[in-house]
Amino acid sequence: MTQKGSVERQARHIALGLTDERAVAMYETMMLARKFDERGQVLQRAGKVNFHISGITQEPSQVAMGFAMDRDKDWFLPYYRDYGLVLSVGMTVKELMLALYGKGEDPNSAGRQMSAHFGCRRLRIATGSSPVTTQVPHAVGFALASKIRGESSVAIVSFGEGSSNQGDFHEGCNFAGVQKLPVIFVCENNGYAISVPLSKQTAGRISDRALGYGFPGIRVDGHDPLEVYRVFREAHERALAGEGPTLVEIMTYRVTPHSTSDNDMAYRTKEEVDANRAKDALPAFRAYLEQLGLWSEDREQALQQRIRKELDEATAYAEQAPYQSAEDAFRYVYAEDDGEVR
Amino acid sequence: MPVIEYIDAIRLAMKEEMERDDSVFVLGEDVGLKGGVFGTTRGLQQQFGEDRAIDTPLAESAIAGVAIGAAMAGMRPIAEMQYSDFMFPAANQIISEAAKIRYRSNNDWSCPVVIRAPIGGGVFGGLYHSQCTESVFFGTPGLKIVAPATAYDAKGLLIAAIRDPDPVLFFENKKCYRLVSDEVPEGEYTVPIGKANVLREGSDITVISYSMPLHFAMQAAEELSREEGIEAHILDLRTIQPLDREGILEAAARTGKVLIVHEDNKTGGVGGEVAAIIAEEMLYDLDAPIRRLCGPDAPAMPYNPVGEKQFMLNKEKLKAAMLELARY
Repeated sequence: MTQKGSVERQARHIALGLTDERAVAMYETMMLARKFDERGQVLQRAGKVNFHISGITQEPSQVAMGFAMDRDKDWFLPYYRDYGLVLSVGMTVKELMLALYGKGEDPNSAGRQMSAHFGCRRLRIATGSSPVTTQVPHAVGFALASKIRGESSVAIVSFGEGSSNQGDFHEGCNFAGVQKLPVIFVCENNGYAISVPLSKQTAGRISDRALGYGFPGIRVDGHDPLEVYRVFREAHERALAGEGPTLVEIMTYRVTPHSTSDNDMAYRTKEEVDANRAKDALPAFRAYLEQLGLWSEDREQALQQRIRKELDEATAYAEQAPYQSAEDAFRYVYAEDDGEVR
Repeated sequence: MPVIEYIDAIRLAMKEEMERDDSVFVLGEDVGLKGGVFGTTRGLQQQFGEDRAIDTPLAESAIAGVAIGAAMAGMRPIAEMQYSDFMFPAANQIISEAAKIRYRSNNDWSCPVVIRAPIGGGVFGGLYHSQCTESVFFGTPGLKIVAPATAYDAKGLLIAAIRDPDPVLFFENKKCYRLVSDEVPEGEYTVPIGKANVLREGSDITVISYSMPLHFAMQAAEELSREEGIEAHILDLRTIQPLDREGILEAAARTGKVLIVHEDNKTGGVGGEVAAIIAEEMLYDLDAPIRRLCGPDAPAMPYNPVGEKQFMLNKEKLKAAMLELARY
């Protein structure tokens, strides 16, 4: 991504309505997600945590979509690689680290769920599960609630391209199309459902499916976060204007194995992975900011220092934090009144 | 007190709750303009509009899943499954999602959804319009499951279900819709979820059941009283999850002879759990082995009248089983 034309011409982010500060914040959030993710991998390898699942190189587009949403009004239904999205809407590294360690203070689930199963009412992030795509009809339900109550809230739900093959994808999209609901369906197409490549998952384009539901489907290059931002702003405006849902297919690539439990060299080559890693949008976005004089090596070093400190503190905190007590392990199966089941 | 049909009691509960609380709405196939294939939601769209009595696409997982999402957003949805036989596409949403939302979020989120589904045969519905599917969901912690037998309980339990902070499966018996009528108060009242109800006092045998077969048990009990002087104690579970342990043990202790009855097939059914509760707590107080009278372990009932009749419970089958137990 390079700035085209002369410096007098309006910068791309300004043309999209993003201030310099917001563009810089986007980059910082992308980097924060990247560094958290890398730390998660290291901690798993070191035996400190049992499991980590990664979204590396998907963060620039995740952050772009998060920045296009309204944190105070919208509903967020992320999937398990969306560190960039949840950090964009207010989750902290400390909270993510508590989830990674499965500790009691984790706001997502108090360590009941595997890490990366996001959910936080305070941040309007709906609780998610492991059976994929169940969150798609939920997002439609959130959007339906907005419509019935006359609220200006948009529901945004993301999932992998593997999920796009589930019935819940179809059922949710179809329902939302009929009701013209304020919901944005986001397929983060990273090319693999664990080991199964896109070519064995579908013979068509996922974005084209929107045609059958009667709303726009847009394919966007995940390596161009400003274009991703533009697409989501447009989808958001359509939703608020009562024009109904949008399906966005973000083209990206999963450079890591599916999870720390997967060996991806069993089904793809290092050359393929390396070639895609080279397309990483994060250094490209930094170069864009530098070219505009919004970023510098000094600022980069300061950022890296800040992130490292934040991660170190979060790691130390999460490591010593207690697990949820055994006594509390089976609470909240049903609502409780003063500790008694209602 | 007016006597109304079971189906009208269900509709009244929805209508009154929708009048009371703007967040209550119904959704499902044919529930809007047509008012449901059985007429259960008749008039709701006319009274409350298309946004609160929603005709949905024919897609059960979406009906449940959208209702779950709306419930998380603070609404009080009532999702209708046209027949419980068609509920299985929604099973993942019900078992993996609705049942676990409060628990997995450590009480951060909740899912106050009601999912209504008609159960039961005897309507020439063949394999796929006759099943009792409650045992599929029974034993899933996080769900509450009710199955009323009377119009009074249908209204009171449905109002309780709508107001409940957790997901409730409401299994209404389609044979009861027009066949069962009883006194139902005007205006709001609730029947508590989790509490069984003694329908008949007796000292010779105890019958424990839920839904339609209770009516056969009551008829058989009257005849046995008249003809044989046998007095049956009859307990309506009303809620099958969570089971009313105290109510079950108390009813069993009344006579020491227990017959458990349901139309759902025997193996893996609710009756096995009821029997286990009694066996765990009071085996040596019993005067006879615990008996179960249930649907056969066939996949579902046939369409033809001979096969359907053979599958279904009736007064005669109940009477024979009750008499045999009384004479044990």
